[in-house]
Amino acid sequence: MTTTLKLPPIETGRSVFGKIIHAREVGLIVLIIALVAVTTVIQPSFLFSDGGFRELLRQPTILILIALGQAIVIITRNIDLSVGSILCLCTYLSGWLFANVPGIPIPVVVVIGILLGAFLGLINGLLVAFLKVPSLVITLGTLYAYRGIAILWIGPHFIRSSWLPPEYRKLGTMQVFGIPVLLIIVAIVVLLVGWFMTNRRAGRDLYALGSNPEAATLFGLSERRLTLNAFVTSGALAGLGGLVYLSIYATGDAKVGTGYELESVAAAVVGGVAIIGGSGTIWGVALGAFFLATISSALPVLGVPSLWQQSIVGVFIVGAILLDRLLFLNRTLQAKRKGRAL
Amino acid sequence: MSAVMTDPAAAAKYQRFGRPLWRRLLLRTETAIILAIVLLIIIATATVPYFAQPYTYLTMLLNSAPILLMLIPVTLIIITGEIDLSVGSVLGFSSVIFGLSYAAGVPLLVAAVLAIVGGGLIGLFNGVLVTVVGLPSLAVTIGTLALFRGIAVGLLGTRAVTDFPEEVLGFVISPIFGSPLPMVTVAILVLVVAFAVLLHFTPFGRGVFAIGLSPEAAAFSGVRVNRTKLILFVLSGLVASATGVYYTLQYSNAIGTNGYGFELQVVTAIVLGGVSIWGGRGTLLGALAGGVLIAALNKTLQLAGIGSDTISIVTGAALIFSVVVASVAGSISRRRRGKASAIAAGA
Repeated sequence: MTTTLKLPPIETGRSVFGKIIHAREVGLIVLIIALVAVTTVIQPSFLFSDGGFRELLRQPTILILIALGQAIVIITRNIDLSVGSILCLCTYLSGWLFANVPGIPIPVVVVIGILLGAFLGLINGLLVAFLKVPSLVITLGTLYAYRGIAILWIGPHFIRSSWLPPEYRKLGTMQVFGIPVLLIIVAIVVLLVGWFMTNRRAGRDLYALGSNPEAATLFGLSERRLTLNAFVTSGALAGLGGLVYLSIYATGDAKVGTGYELESVAAAVVGGVAIIGGSGTIWGVALGAFFLATISSALPVLGVPSLWQQSIVGVFIVGAILLDRLLFLNRTLQAKRKGRAL
Repeated sequence: MSAVMTDPAAAAKYQRFGRPLWRRLLLRTETAIILAIVLLIIIATATVPYFAQPYTYLTMLLNSAPILLMLIPVTLIIITGEIDLSVGSVLGFSSVIFGLSYAAGVPLLVAAVLAIVGGGLIGLFNGVLVTVVGLPSLAVTIGTLALFRGIAVGLLGTRAVTDFPEEVLGFVISPIFGSPLPMVTVAILVLVVAFAVLLHFTPFGRGVFAIGLSPEAAAFSGVRVNRTKLILFVLSGLVASATGVYYTLQYSNAIGTNGYGFELQVVTAIVLGGVSIWGGRGTLLGALAGGVLIAALNKTLQLAGIGSDTISIVTGAALIFSVVVASVAGSISRRRRGKASAIAAGA
């Protein structure tokens, strides 16, 4: 103790192979493959049909986008319950623009949709960052407020597929080498966000803020700026989710996106994001969202009425946090044992 | 300190930071909310047609009774710094258990007991995961929210149980002896008084506040943190499932989607009533007043013909407004207190 402080090299005690085996992502991939395999054996058309394969890959895209944003917010020790309402407003605005501004180019609508989402996220972020009010409360308020604006604006109307330009509708069904274009777009977004969160300074700062806000502030990180960043990103991703929704379903009313707030939290938690912030990977979240979305399409095929779907989601949320807790306890136990051995 | 001792006049001048009683009472969140309710009712009576009728109050209380009942134990949970988002699903689950067992020939009372015990077990499950296993309650109760809503919907499917005995249904929605208050008001009042005494006048209740301020400090001063939380989660499950039985009878309808989304309304009412979501601060009266304010706003808007469209905007705006005001007021009073203590330190 009195001599020079010599830190032992960080030893996780596992080989590369062990690390791979124990990663959450691998577990999820195995689960997804098993789920798809079992479902396909029971009902071959689940995978081997024209629409089946496409649906399997296309349907999780919306949840993946929203879950990414949710995960970034949760990593900073916040939560965003307003994502479903943001998605609804962005979906309807985009459809409305197509209907009411003849000849508007698709990229312009896409940009406006994402910007609206980012703006609504900015409002969340400003309220959370500057008022020091818990995000749970603020986004609960904006969950209602944004949904209310949507109900007031949309009323009983709904988006008709005739509003949309044919190219945009085609985007929903377009495939490259059998893979839906939407999934390719979402995969690119996942890669970008994942790369940003793992390799860029600004991404690591978000983890730092979430794992220890006091230390991050002492280190010189701006809590306000980072919180704003997280909420704006979440809003923008929800906006993009709204655009994807529009291209898949070519319709939408004031109820679009209800319940996404909890489903996205579930996807993040199942994907390995700790609800207390500071940890979790974007890859895990994307796989978690893919897994949950695949469950809901596989259940009816497996003979479970789709009504039970939500309870399965619940089982996986509780299971995932329990698993995380057990792994954590196991790690601390091993660390203690090692400490004694030293 | 010695300076203060030598000059008692200065000490008296600067050390009494306490405000006069009337200002302390007036500046409380509960008072503000109650004033807002009174103001709203006066304005509504004067301007909204058909508002000044007993029937208005009857339906207002009937509509908001489930929220008002469920928020009572959840308030205590939030004061300990935890949260219970599963109450809406427990309501639905208990409604389905109640309906299914009644339809299977179980006597009404036994069916109700079964449903309530079921809710208590869900509360126990939540509580064990939070206290024994040590999981964050937000994640646990989002999980059980999905889990038990799914089971409720899955058990009954698209069916509904609606053939409850007429006389029971009539009793549940009847007013108390000519007053404009429904029977459930008694239940709400009894529960509020019981929980208010528990929270504000017993060692258990002081433990609840202590846990919210600092669980470690509470544990060191002898509060049994885990036991307290576990009891509160069980109580929340029991009250939510009892509310489920009541809700089923009020609408004579047991379906899996009963109480969908109520958890957010409950939390909204509690936070609107001045209970800190960080824990440690708040009163039961405030939470109840928050629930009544939302109910009164809903009723006014509905009667004014503005329709249910605006209700969610108003709910959301009221919630954000209340936390904004609390945050600004908090920072102003901190600044003033800071100045006062600076003066005292200088003296």
